[in-house]
Amino acid sequence: MTKKLVKGNIALCEGAITAGLKSYFGYPITPQNEIPSYFSRKMVELGRVFIQAESEIAAVSMVLGAAVTGTRAMTSSSSPGISLKQEAISYMAGMQVPALIVNVQRGGPGLGNISSSQSDYFQAVKGGGHGDYKIIVIAPNSAQEMYEAAYDAFDLAEKYRTPVMILADGIIGQMMEPIEFNRPEKKEFKEKEWILNGCKGREPRSIKSLLMKDGVLEKHNVKLQEKYKLISENEVKYELYMTEDAEIIITAYGISSRIAKSAVKLARKNGIKAGLLRPKTLWPFPSEIISSFAKPNVKFLSVELSHGQMVEDVRLAVNGRSSVEFLGKAGGGLVTEQEIIKKIQSKV
Amino acid sequence: MKKILSKPESLKNAVLSYCPGCGHGIIHRLAAECIDELGVREKTIAVAPVGCAVFAYDYFNFDVTEAPHGRPPAIATGIKRTNPDKFVFTYQGDGDIAAIGMAETIHAANRSENITIIFVNNANYGMTGGQMAPTTLIGQVTETTPFGRNPEREGYPIKLCELLSTLEGTTYLERVAIYNPQNIIKAKKAIKRAFQCQIDGKGFSLVEVISNCPVDWGMTPLDSIKWVEETFIKSFPLGTVKDKINSII
Ligand SMILES: Cc1ncc(C[n+]2csc(CCOP(=O)(O)OP(=O)(O)O)c2C)c(N)n1
Ligand code: SF4
Ligand SMILES: [Mg+2]
Repeated sequence: MTKKLVKGNIALCEGAITAGLKSYFGYPITPQNEIPSYFSRKMVELGRVFIQAESEIAAVSMVLGAAVTGTRAMTSSSSPGISLKQEAISYMAGMQVPALIVNVQRGGPGLGNISSSQSDYFQAVKGGGHGDYKIIVIAPNSAQEMYEAAYDAFDLAEKYRTPVMILADGIIGQMMEPIEFNRPEKKEFKEKEWILNGCKGREPRSIKSLLMKDGVLEKHNVKLQEKYKLISENEVKYELYMTEDAEIIITAYGISSRIAKSAVKLARKNGIKAGLLRPKTLWPFPSEIISSFAKPNVKFLSVELSHGQMVEDVRLAVNGRSSVEFLGKAGGGLVTEQEIIKKIQSKV
Repeated sequence: MKKILSKPESLKNAVLSYCPGCGHGIIHRLAAECIDELGVREKTIAVAPVGCAVFAYDYFNFDVTEAPHGRPPAIATGIKRTNPDKFVFTYQGDGDIAAIGMAETIHAANRSENITIIFVNNANYGMTGGQMAPTTLIGQVTETTPFGRNPEREGYPIKLCELLSTLEGTTYLERVAIYNPQNIIKAKKAIKRAFQCQIDGKGFSLVEVISNCPVDWGMTPLDSIKWVEETFIKSFPLGTVKDKINSII
């Protein structure tokens, strides 16, 4: 298969289009502007739907509307915009509506800046909006994975009737890399028995999260939790690199995992037994595999562009059986290989 | 014997949870009758608001989705753009449409989304216990305007139809009332015209229905009807605010 040089954000658009995306709704914000810009031409040329909405709230509400009719819909934004989208994400989780939300993270809190950042981890994996819910969070670390994540997200979302988030960052979105368009054009979609498409030949349906009758919400929440358990059992994805004999295992996702991998290579050259465990899904989190590596002679180091978010989940998985260190910064530069090596050397 | 009056097929056989004397029930019936008469029930996807009509999906006998408070116009946009062959309308209160959802309302109207909005103006927030709404009248006492709405403190009632009429994207805007049979007949005509506007692909239509909320107004149903006639519609004049249906071919 021939490769094409594209930006991560464009690769993501192509993955979604190939997966049969019918409508995109967005609002400009850096560093994800390539996405609405690309779709504004491409979707119209394809006879599909593109709207630049009046806000992120409206954009994600349009997604909700398109998705209750069973069509594939998505929105994208960056950190401040994702905060606004939490309302509808919570509704979609409660209403069990599948859709794709993309967060090409920037620096926060507040308006922050447009530097590559990974400080929306908590918001993405711990729920984000109100209520007891989870969404599937995929963390690509290359243009190729942006393409594949966007394609696969819709199947996952529909399989479990849940919103799915792609949590990327400015560099993964902006970086040009050769990619292979290795997914087939999705043309046939499974019939869904829950969608709203007019009640011709059947009883009318409604899709809702408001459950006021005695005990109904309690039961619904148990059902959601059972679904989340099933997702946790089946959909965890991660990459292992030189972990078999590792005495220090770096955990990192997205752009940090690329730097961490180089650091592992460098460390190995210097005789340090380092390895990388990269979560490809942040929720469900690869707790089991992390746990399996946790023993007194193995140390963990979580490398993030934050002041320590994913590291909390690493600690939970390790549960005191290994020491867990953290290296990170937020709102400016990247963590460098040298900084990682230095940190490792001070700990091994 | 010939049956001359029955429940519209577009209404379920459910007991409505509205307070006695509330206008929502009548407005549901008018919408349902119009949908029956236009033969679009089986291709209808409606959007319920957050407000007293939040349970609309339990009463309407067609597909209905829930929406977060104020977002129905955006949700209807998503539905209609991906399913232009479906009949899509939202049913919203004054707080839903003109406070928290004002941006969604204005921009759906401005894009001339081919949808219909039934806007129930009852001059307060019925569901949450009668607080001030964007449409609360000057001097009107509510849960949060205990001294009466004072424009210096709380601003002025928003006349949504007039506001939207300045947008080129709007096709049909009418304000109606339901406090007596003549007006109910007019209200039904307006709703039907608005629905037909969508069926003919002529763009954004909205009918504002002046309704009554006896419970939160602290009135008997009869007094509430009198207040609508003598006070409410003096601030919100009835009639067609904009109609360019015939000029769109
Ligand atoms: C985000 C959000 N804020 C506030 C509320 C509480 N709330 C429920 S209904 C409502 C006002 C409804 O008033 P209106 O739209 O006029 O409808 P009515 O009940 O009068 O028919 C409010 C503020 C909510 N459900 N969601
Ligand atoms: S509170 Fe008012 S609007 Fe709501 S159901 Fe009762 S009378 Fe009707
Ligand atoms: Mg109201």
